[in-house]
Amino acid sequence: METSNKTIVEEKALKPVKISGAEAVIKCLLAEGVDLAYGYPGGAIMPIYDELYKYQDKLHHVLTRHEQGAAHAAQGFARVTGKPGIVFATSGPGATNLVTGIADAQIDSTPLVCITGQVSSHLLGSDAFQETDIIGISTPVTKWNHQITRAEEIPEVIAKAFYIAKSGRPGPVLIDITKDAQFGELDFTYKKCEKIRSYRAVPKLDIEKVKAAADLINSAKKPFIVWGQGVIIGQAEAEFKAFIEKTDIPSASTALGLSALATKHPLNVGMVGMHGNYAPNVLTNDCDVLIAIGMRFDDRVTGNLETYAKQAKVIHFDIDPAEIDKNVKTDVAVLGNVKESLTEIMAFINKGQHVAWLQEFAKLYQKECEVVINDQLNPTKEGLTMGEVVNKINQETNGDAIIVSDVGQHQMFACRYANFNKTRSSVTSGGLGTMGFALPAAIGAKMGMPEREVVAVIGDGGYQMTIQELGTILQTQVAVKIVVLNNSFLGMVRQWQELFFDKRYASTVMKNPDFVKIAEGYGIEANRVSKRENLDGAIKTMMASKEAYFLEVVIEQEDNIFPMIPTGASVSDIRLS
Amino acid sequence: MEEKQNFTVSVYTENNVGILNRLSAIFLKRHINIESMNVSKSEIDHVHRFTFVVIVPKTLIRKVVGQLEKQIEVIGAFYHTEDEIIYHETAMFKLSSEFLYDEKIQDKLKFRRAHIVTITERYFVIEASGLKEDIDRMYDKLKPYGLLQFVRSGRIAITRPKMAISELLKETI
Ligand SMILES: Cc1ncc(C[n+]2csc(CCOP(=O)(O)OP(=O)(O)O)c2C)c(N)n1
Repeated sequence: METSNKTIVEEKALKPVKISGAEAVIKCLLAEGVDLAYGYPGGAIMPIYDELYKYQDKLHHVLTRHEQGAAHAAQGFARVTGKPGIVFATSGPGATNLVTGIADAQIDSTPLVCITGQVSSHLLGSDAFQETDIIGISTPVTKWNHQITRAEEIPEVIAKAFYIAKSGRPGPVLIDITKDAQFGELDFTYKKCEKIRSYRAVPKLDIEKVKAAADLINSAKKPFIVWGQGVIIGQAEAEFKAFIEKTDIPSASTALGLSALATKHPLNVGMVGMHGNYAPNVLTNDCDVLIAIGMRFDDRVTGNLETYAKQAKVIHFDIDPAEIDKNVKTDVAVLGNVKESLTEIMAFINKGQHVAWLQEFAKLYQKECEVVINDQLNPTKEGLTMGEVVNKINQETNGDAIIVSDVGQHQMFACRYANFNKTRSSVTSGGLGTMGFALPAAIGAKMGMPEREVVAVIGDGGYQMTIQELGTILQTQVAVKIVVLNNSFLGMVRQWQELFFDKRYASTVMKNPDFVKIAEGYGIEANRVSKRENLDGAIKTMMASKEAYFLEVVIEQEDNIFPMIPTGASVSDIRLS
Repeated sequence: MEEKQNFTVSVYTENNVGILNRLSAIFLKRHINIESMNVSKSEIDHVHRFTFVVIVPKTLIRKVVGQLEKQIEVIGAFYHTEDEIIYHETAMFKLSSEFLYDEKIQDKLKFRRAHIVTITERYFVIEASGLKEDIDRMYDKLKPYGLLQFVRSGRIAITRPKMAISELLKETI
């Protein structure tokens, strides 16, 4: 009979094929739409690398020069694309080298799927060659992790890994696969994961909470918004903009929220936090309703909690219930994806106008210009300032570049002085503050967004923490622009030593190599500037280059980043000098 | 400083390798000492139940439970004060047989939830169950006889308020 014949044919098509666990790993990644991964091979992951070789036309693997570089590159990729970054590493030292990147991704909510090789299952626990308990080590810094000891588990576990990494508040997951599971065979079929019974990715939005928030906002005289990366992760930039424009509320960003709203937007009053702008920090302690959106009240944002916004009613929009009341007690918590919450609230909020209140921000900004900003942008002293370099990069890129910053003074200058027109334009290591992040992250960012300019702004200290990734640039020809702001100091620590330790510069003086020669050794065009009159031209030349480019800028040695909230001080006690 | 108190934390999880590590890491991260712990199956098939006892301020336990709850394989996490639960612990004491007929020991065993479970020529074993304080009292009394061995289980507790695990599972399926 015709019909029964047809059924047989269909069954054949559905019949799973037997493949190795290693091949299954690649097929799972392809099924998830992955075409780019970062990593470093070694004994326990060789079967997977063998399959990467066979599938190289479908899945491009970038060999970094250190596993930490692979993790940060994957983070850079994830931060600019919103897709999970993929990382491979071998067991033992390969796996432990990932830990810094994983911890960084965890605290900055960055989706990563890390796959590590592991010794064969019969050797587990025997202190075999290159065995480390990476599950134990990575548990506190992963959103989820799992060890696979049988090939048949691979499709289901990888499907789960992708779902967990991407959904809700994103984060890194690690899958550890024993060598025998990579060699073992399985009947391969792949089904994407859409639900895990013990996991609620997005809390159900409570419309009563939305209304309560709207009531507070409608009756506020001096409302103030602090937004974070949640707006970017939730792809809620348009909803956020519509919300603030309707309510006319001054809005400030956390370091990680930067670029969700254009820097030049009239309601954008700058950045909060330890080295944020003067007005939003001071006026945090003057507002009557504080509206936190997709942020987590990090201590670098709040300063001393005992004196943080005590006068204000607090509304907190977030996707993660564990963040509510963790640091700051809220009056109304709106749980859910901010994209949905901000869409829903529009019906309940009134059109607002806060001319006088906005004027207060403008006034304090003026003060910050007089004491700090003007001097950074148009310095009177001879040495170059970090602010003017960042400003020149702005001018040359029209604010369209992705700025990837490392950790230290230059990072805060990049965050404060860069102009962002588009979302996902600022990539920095916020929560963990990982020196060495920027160079590999810039490589990943450029690969994720090849059509955009990517400029890494790095200090001479942090640059040398992952300088080996110049090799990755050499090999892949990825066209990143690298700017090292060289003050011959571990500048940020030196600043603290100057201010709080009577200038005892313990181990912060850096004797540096010839950075230009090093870049040239890697085949990267390179230049150094130390004079103001040459800065403009040097940046123009760099930005005109179609290839990778290295620029060292010699900076005034003992310059400081201000304003500053000293540790333990209140946001409103922020120092201008 | 906010006053510390006893909290019994019940965590329902999937039955997978590594969960204990993940849960204990959250206590470790906040430098909280776990006073007692018990793991067993629960009223729901394939769902495990962890019972932790910790002594912390109330504002802290809420945060900790939030962070436990957030772990992917945790179905639900709850905290309860002493008056919200019915709980007990079990302990065993091993003593030398020379005291078996000691009248004072016999006296001590009058506590209603203690009895001898094994007697041999060389030793005998007393099992007792009750509140932590009951067992502590028993311990103090038996200690002078030279305990050959002592062991106490983690607290197990049934909560008076409902923990709607089945409902939680239904919602997310
Ligand atoms: C891996 C790591 N180690 C140490 C620190 C502490 N730290 C923070 S900023 C800083 C100095 C950074 O110096 P540099 O890279 O030259 O940048 P600058 O502050 O001079 O701009 C140090 C050591 C850190 N953040 N990360």
